[in-house]
Amino acid sequence: MSSVPPIQFYPPARSSQPPMPPEAARVVQVELTIDGRTVSVPAGSTILDACRAEGVDTPTLCYLENLTPINACRVCVVEVAGSRVLAPACSRKVEPGMAVQTDTERVRLSRKVVLELLGSSVDLSTAPQAPAYFARYGADPERFGAAAQPAAANERDGLEAGHHHAADGQPSAATVGQPVKIDNELYVRDYSKCILCYKCVEACGVDAQNTFAIAVAGRGFDARISTEWNVGLPDSACVYCGNCIGVCPTGALMFRSEYEMREAGTWDEAAQTSTDTICPYCGVGCTLSLLVQDNEIVKVTSPLDSSVTEGHLCVKGRFGFSFVQQREPGAAPTT
Amino acid sequence: MILWGSNARETHPIFFHHLLKGVNKGARLYTVDPRRTSSAEWSDGWLGLDVGSDIALANAIGREILAAGLENREFIARATSGIEEYRAKVESYTLEYAERETGVPAAMIRELAHAFASAPRAMICWTLGITEHHNGVDNVLALISLVLLTGHVGRYGSGVNPLRGQNNVQGGGDMGALPDRLPGFQHVENDELRAKFDQLWGVTVPPKRGWHLSGMFDAMERGDLCAVYVIGENPVQSEADQAKAIHLLSNLEFLVVQDIFLTKTAQLADVVLPASAAWAETEGTVTNSERRVQRVRRALAPPGLARDDLEIVVDLAQRMGGNWPATTPEAIWDELRMLSPVHAGMSYKRLEELGGLQWPCYDENHPGELFLHSRLWEDPVPGNRAPFIPVDHDPPVDRLDADFPIRLTTGRRLDSYNTGVQSAGYRSPLRRGESLDISPEDLARYGLADGELVRVVSRRGQISVAVRVDPSLRPGLTFMTLHFQDDVAVNLLTIDATDPKSGTAEFKATAIRIEKLKAAVRVP
Repeated sequence: MSSVPPIQFYPPARSSQPPMPPEAARVVQVELTIDGRTVSVPAGSTILDACRAEGVDTPTLCYLENLTPINACRVCVVEVAGSRVLAPACSRKVEPGMAVQTDTERVRLSRKVVLELLGSSVDLSTAPQAPAYFARYGADPERFGAAAQPAAANERDGLEAGHHHAADGQPSAATVGQPVKIDNELYVRDYSKCILCYKCVEACGVDAQNTFAIAVAGRGFDARISTEWNVGLPDSACVYCGNCIGVCPTGALMFRSEYEMREAGTWDEAAQTSTDTICPYCGVGCTLSLLVQDNEIVKVTSPLDSSVTEGHLCVKGRFGFSFVQQREPGAAPTT
Repeated sequence: MILWGSNARETHPIFFHHLLKGVNKGARLYTVDPRRTSSAEWSDGWLGLDVGSDIALANAIGREILAAGLENREFIARATSGIEEYRAKVESYTLEYAERETGVPAAMIRELAHAFASAPRAMICWTLGITEHHNGVDNVLALISLVLLTGHVGRYGSGVNPLRGQNNVQGGGDMGALPDRLPGFQHVENDELRAKFDQLWGVTVPPKRGWHLSGMFDAMERGDLCAVYVIGENPVQSEADQAKAIHLLSNLEFLVVQDIFLTKTAQLADVVLPASAAWAETEGTVTNSERRVQRVRRALAPPGLARDDLEIVVDLAQRMGGNWPATTPEAIWDELRMLSPVHAGMSYKRLEELGGLQWPCYDENHPGELFLHSRLWEDPVPGNRAPFIPVDHDPPVDRLDADFPIRLTTGRRLDSYNTGVQSAGYRSPLRRGESLDISPEDLARYGLADGELVRVVSRRGQISVAVRVDPSLRPGLTFMTLHFQDDVAVNLLTIDATDPKSGTAEFKATAIRIEKLKAAVRVP
């Protein structure tokens, strides 16, 4: 085409102004009171958003910025004037004139009991927030008695709705205790530590990965996270993106390498550094936060506020780092 | 959304998360791919075309849009040139012709044409299914014509979007690692642009474009290129027609390889310079598929005597008599900002604060551009109008015939990457090694058992590999990856027919035959 100018030869003409996304609809502000103070937040905000904007520290376990609120853990509940029951701050939207109390006796008692019920039935030893929450609300998970014997491997996975088991002998606190599931090279599932917050199900589902390898099976205290027909991960739909690990608040889901280091007593958070860089694989440009201990990458996550990842990664980004650590230590120029 | 020659679900998983948000909110997705991929499974429509018939399909879509009067006449008149030539070119690409040539039902082509043209905004994304052809540039031009026809370009949520396959393949081009460009896409044969570089660097930059990768191999064959310095690339395993590539690299007078591993290419080298891993052991920037320049940072100390690429290059320059002082990644970046107007506003400080910036970013108050070509919606359009460049269908060079009746196409799988140098390092539960993926129909036709070892022969070479049945493939179509070249050298089969404009080889279209071994061998 002789009529076509050699456009590549010259820099393209500039637009008169930088292109912008469509203008967002104007958001009206909503006024409410939190603990008696008037707060103004955009319509559509949750009570939790308003609390955070106001600097009111609200405990959460099942909430995460990049997931749809699921209201499972109830540790964020607040009192709303005129409401018969306590409201979950993480999902309840603000309304004009709403009067919210975050630290009444009723709220504190409810949060305390929620924490005690979770703490008595679930191993929270690797849940980073748990100790501070327990201290703050004076929660005593031991008060229900000694922990019952853990279940045998796969025993809880076979429980059916409506099956309940009278305690035999000494009264003890029921737990979700059971052996760790290790069926692949990349991650372990320790459901003794699962508080059923649903975050992993959401990250595996519509909130991010859309693989739907896991869901909640069973009912009541027998409810548990399960693959289809409770098959092992290698036989499930799992694609090992590890986004379930990324959102797990208790360490129930863990890199196998982290699990093994913890077992060996070599996991040393004080000796770890975190550095943000960009994934070495495809061109999407995901931010990786490399957790490094003794010059070895021990874990990879992604920041929730990355516009590219929104905290989620794929199997290569999350686990594919090992190659940098498999080079000859004596690597030297050769001729 | 049209995904054309891209299995983004597996090759760009996090991009696909964003796409799925749209799909879950009701956006329509069409996938054009010879394979019914995991991306296609998410689509409203799958157009399973025959390998290499993309232009026949694109031109038929263009013709249908024009025939139905769905083109954006106002946009075409104001912002484009050459519509009449385009109209004349696509006139013969009827739906019936396209159905015959591509294998896609005419009704499906019509549905896509109408859905695309009448959508308030629409985007075409592609990957190597478009570009790894002997006429890859023409394939791209055919897709560009579709967005010019409909005005789906230069506006939010619209456009043509090549999904970059490597973490800095965009940045490499941006920095001038192209045969005809200086940093910032400034043409090396443009005297005015080149003069800036001459002045700042105090040298005379040769006013002539160089060779692209396949041009270098041609030059080796002619004897015009006898010394090669390879940085971070493994051409011994990644080039098409591998036997030829190895022969040419082995016969060089001098080969230097700078890499983090002793790759198969490094094993041929006269000198190997161990480098640090750019993404985890050095400071710098990379540029992603949305033109976002982002910082990479040093998290680890490199092993042994491995050094930063930058230090190695500076040292080499000094040994060769250049007066290059020791420098830092940030100082080099600031030098780039002086020379490349599209990067001028991207200080390290802003990159840190904003989590990256998208070029063009002309000054430190510029926000970077969310999408390109918005000028096409100004009246009058500043600069040149966007030209329609009509192209014709031209089937793959490696023709199917009685001796080579089966089409082999190659690509990636989710957990692996390119020649496996990086991805082989972790133990993926998804990995199952190389196989010749084959349709259930062909498996039965050849009387093969799933997992049986076969000989695969092309016009250039042969390999042995186990077959694996894959219902996403149609009869006559087979698939292999490029990830396990140490075990199965698939590039012994591929053809080095290259696009004269891009230099990219036709990896996507190899003609093969499948030979049953005398004694059936089942690979467990």
